[in-house]
Amino acid sequence: MPATTSLEAVYKSLEHVMDPEIPVLSVMDLGMITGVEMTSDDEVHIKMIPTFAACPAVSFIQQGIKTTVEKELGISVTVEVDKNTHWQSNRMTDTAREKLKNFGIAPPQLLQGEVRAEIMLNTPCPHCGSEHTYLRSPFGSTLCRAIHYCKSCGQVFEQFKPLE
Amino acid sequence: MIHQAALTDLIIKMGDDELVQGHRNSEWTGLGPVMEEDIAFSSMAQDKIGHAWALYRILHEELGGKDPDRFAFMRAEKEFKCSHLTEMPNGEYDFSLMRHFLFDHAETVRYESLQESSYEPFRQVSKKLKGELKYHTLHANAWIIQLSNASEESYARMQTALNDTIALAAGVFEPSQEYEAILMEEKVYPGEKELYQRWLDRIYPVLVRSALNMPALDTIQPVLGGRQGFHTPHLAPLLKEMGEVFNLDTEASW
Repeated sequence: MPATTSLEAVYKSLEHVMDPEIPVLSVMDLGMITGVEMTSDDEVHIKMIPTFAACPAVSFIQQGIKTTVEKELGISVTVEVDKNTHWQSNRMTDTAREKLKNFGIAPPQLLQGEVRAEIMLNTPCPHCGSEHTYLRSPFGSTLCRAIHYCKSCGQVFEQFKPLE
Repeated sequence: MIHQAALTDLIIKMGDDELVQGHRNSEWTGLGPVMEEDIAFSSMAQDKIGHAWALYRILHEELGGKDPDRFAFMRAEKEFKCSHLTEMPNGEYDFSLMRHFLFDHAETVRYESLQESSYEPFRQVSKKLKGELKYHTLHANAWIIQLSNASEESYARMQTALNDTIALAAGVFEPSQEYEAILMEEKVYPGEKELYQRWLDRIYPVLVRSALNMPALDTIQPVLGGRQGFHTPHLAPLLKEMGEVFNLDTEASW
């Protein structure tokens, strides 16, 4: 183990911390990390943000970050919820969008400005790619998901909602 | 520094509305008329309670208030400042939907206005909350419009629900006798009167698309008192149920 842990190593390690509700996405994919700072040679301070204010998994994810990074890098980790930044779906990386789609969840539309009702129409189906779809409910099995129906392949599918 | 007691009063009103409405929403869990609606009200319950928590946290961290859980579950009924609108039992689905529609638009104009607040924690929290609320109003608008245009019976029920709910909803905008002028002067928010106007501008277009008739506003008597700690008989049993598990062992760690 190097005497000084690099920031890069911390970021790499964070790619192994998965979201408990969408296990194919890491906290890095989701854009939940807002700051990483080495406070000494063997101590790192990590700032993160939840996707939704009422996300029930926040402390679970905080714990996951601490445990994973401590175990992988042998350093001491503190995790703080960053109040100065708020999560937007545009923070999600392109890789994350691709992974979501392959997992069967439609990714959020890229937002230009605010969320408008129209943006939820014709969300491409993650199964067959058709845009012949409609919004069935803006709420789904977790706070961050909406439910759509695909008229082409006849399947109900979920979407990670755009959030401004 | 902004008047602390005035800020505290405003935050408690907003947080208590969120908490109590969140609890009412949660009462649809398992009972919604169709699965999607069951999920929708359950999700909105979770959002609202999260919003209450975010507001109580400001009290706790910035204004010397109690721990948010203790503040939510261990206060006496008269210390709550929620509006009567949020206290009312769910009743039938028409009332629940109409309340949801009127309440979520009222919250939306409030949080939007807080983007301009002189109080920084308000600017931060409102940004997140107003984004999440988009889905609440989207859901409410869709159902109000659909049911009002569906059948004679559903139209009549939505109109009745509107007539029965409007005075309660107007009561959300009850100003504080003591602090309203201070909060406006210090530019914390634009004041209840202005928010009421913005709310009307927001709900009118949806009512028009629904062909619902807005009751004559000069004849309605807003239902006041909640902001001063005077409540309907429905609040006490709600608080008892909500705090039941927490109060079994207030020192338990979760």
